[in-house]
Amino acid sequence: MLSPADGDAPPPPLAEHGAGASVPSLARIGWIGFRTIVIREYGRIVRIWGQTLVPSGVNAVLYFVIFGGLIGRRVGVIGGFSYMQFLAPGMIMMWLINNAYANTVSSFFGAKFGKHIEELLVSPLPNWIIVLGYTCGGVIRGLLVALVVTAVSLLFARLPIEHPIAIVVAALLTSTAFSLAGLINAIFARNFDQVNLVPLFVLTPLTYFGGVFYSVSMLPGWAQKVSLANPILYMVNAFRYGFLGVSDINVPVAFALTAGLTVALFLLSLTLLSRGVGVRD
Amino acid sequence: MLALSTRALTKTYHNGVQALRGVDLDVEQGDFFALLGPNGAGKTTLIGIVTSLVTKSGGAASIFGYDIDAQLERAKSCIGVVPQEINFNQFESPMTIVVNQAGFYGVPRREARQRAERYLRQLQLWEKRSGAARGLSGGMKRRLMIARALMHEPRLLILDEPTAGVDIEIRRSMWEFLREINERGTTIILTTHYLEEAENLCRNIAIIDGGAIIERDRMSNLLRRLNSETFVLNTREHTAQPPLVPGFAMRLIDPHTLEVEISKEQNLNELFAHLSTLGVNVLSMRNKVNRLEEIFMRLVENHDA
Repeated sequence: MLSPADGDAPPPPLAEHGAGASVPSLARIGWIGFRTIVIREYGRIVRIWGQTLVPSGVNAVLYFVIFGGLIGRRVGVIGGFSYMQFLAPGMIMMWLINNAYANTVSSFFGAKFGKHIEELLVSPLPNWIIVLGYTCGGVIRGLLVALVVTAVSLLFARLPIEHPIAIVVAALLTSTAFSLAGLINAIFARNFDQVNLVPLFVLTPLTYFGGVFYSVSMLPGWAQKVSLANPILYMVNAFRYGFLGVSDINVPVAFALTAGLTVALFLLSLTLLSRGVGVRD
Repeated sequence: MLALSTRALTKTYHNGVQALRGVDLDVEQGDFFALLGPNGAGKTTLIGIVTSLVTKSGGAASIFGYDIDAQLERAKSCIGVVPQEINFNQFESPMTIVVNQAGFYGVPRREARQRAERYLRQLQLWEKRSGAARGLSGGMKRRLMIARALMHEPRLLILDEPTAGVDIEIRRSMWEFLREINERGTTIILTTHYLEEAENLCRNIAIIDGGAIIERDRMSNLLRRLNSETFVLNTREHTAQPPLVPGFAMRLIDPHTLEVEISKEQNLNELFAHLSTLGVNVLSMRNKVNRLEEIFMRLVENHDA
């Protein structure tokens, strides 16, 4: 007999099951379920901190030393700020984007690969709660890494804060958007190669050409026009505006586009999950 | 009340395989129900549809009256499922796995920890609660999946091959545990390849083959339908030829083992009396195969023919 167990205290009796068991309301299931996904995602980020939080800080130091310190001295002043000051908001945003994306793509694909996504799929949680839960996990990692990189950047440059609300809103919107983008990547991915393809061939080039390291005003006319098709340009500039009060592009337009992209990505991921793409037979 | 009801349930996969061909199945609340079938018969697809892991092609299904199309969340809140394959995060601890699972069903964390202790103790996993689940043995992983499925105290527990690869001692302990859960009100649907398990535990049975239910009856009724049974006799004496016993067809398996098929109309006393007069002493006797297995094989063979 499996019970009584383990030799120490006798196990509590089995609960009454079946018809008499009380069932929580769907709203309560949704709220507790959402919190549980977020706690689980946070636990994962903290459990593997050496993979999730540390690398961005180390890489940020290298970027600041090489691009900001060694090469940046020759660039001079941009928009009235030293190159290191100009670079810092872009760097914070770059690592925020990468980590928000990486968290959902790796966590959700890992759950698919290990089949424990089924724990959520068989549960009574609606799809929008699952999307929100995973997205929050990505946002949390993105923001934690942003804090780490901000701390690193303060070792290299004095960072003014001109519009704190703009900083918070830009960080939240951007991390949400890329967290959702990572989720969509994970929904479609069938193997680990497909998890890595998008960050390598799409996300990294978009980030590097998104005004992290330079002002688009330094580009030739045609390249400036092409850059306007890059959503990361808007996010980086909205974020930089929050710190330095300067931006290459219209700030309200940047926020509106980022918000629109976030909503579109949320609806797309919800549609994919509701249709069972990549997760249901 | 019906715990599970399906009507004309069909499933055709993208590759054209028709896994279910109009399944009608009712399982009463409180039942301990066996769903048997050969590999590829459609058992896991049926369970997949009920638990929403597989999208049905047609038909209807309801759980305790909740339609899976109209009230999917409500229907799913009634079900606990133990799948065939290990599907928990093996890097997490058993405690984390079961507490999180309870959260997905709306059980607050404090209560979930209390339930976790109860079920992990019941299933002899309490001492292993903190390490990574990948360090558990195969049998422990199966028990962890049962503990996980019970965390929200479901009204319907679906077990898909729960004792596959589990040693006989643990398997029998799990049977006792499942019986107790069932006696406390949980409806249980069991699929298994151990037909002895189904015969021991289940009151009602359905056999599925080729995506259709080919038999649905009480277990006792089904077993009564067995017209003949094959017994294996171990004899004390060394025998070179099968003994000639009128009315009984005997086969010699080895010099100390005989096999005999006995119909419902015949009786064993008569057989033993004949053997005794021939100087053959029977030391022990057993069924060649489990009775349910014998019926199962005949039903499936007839259906396939």
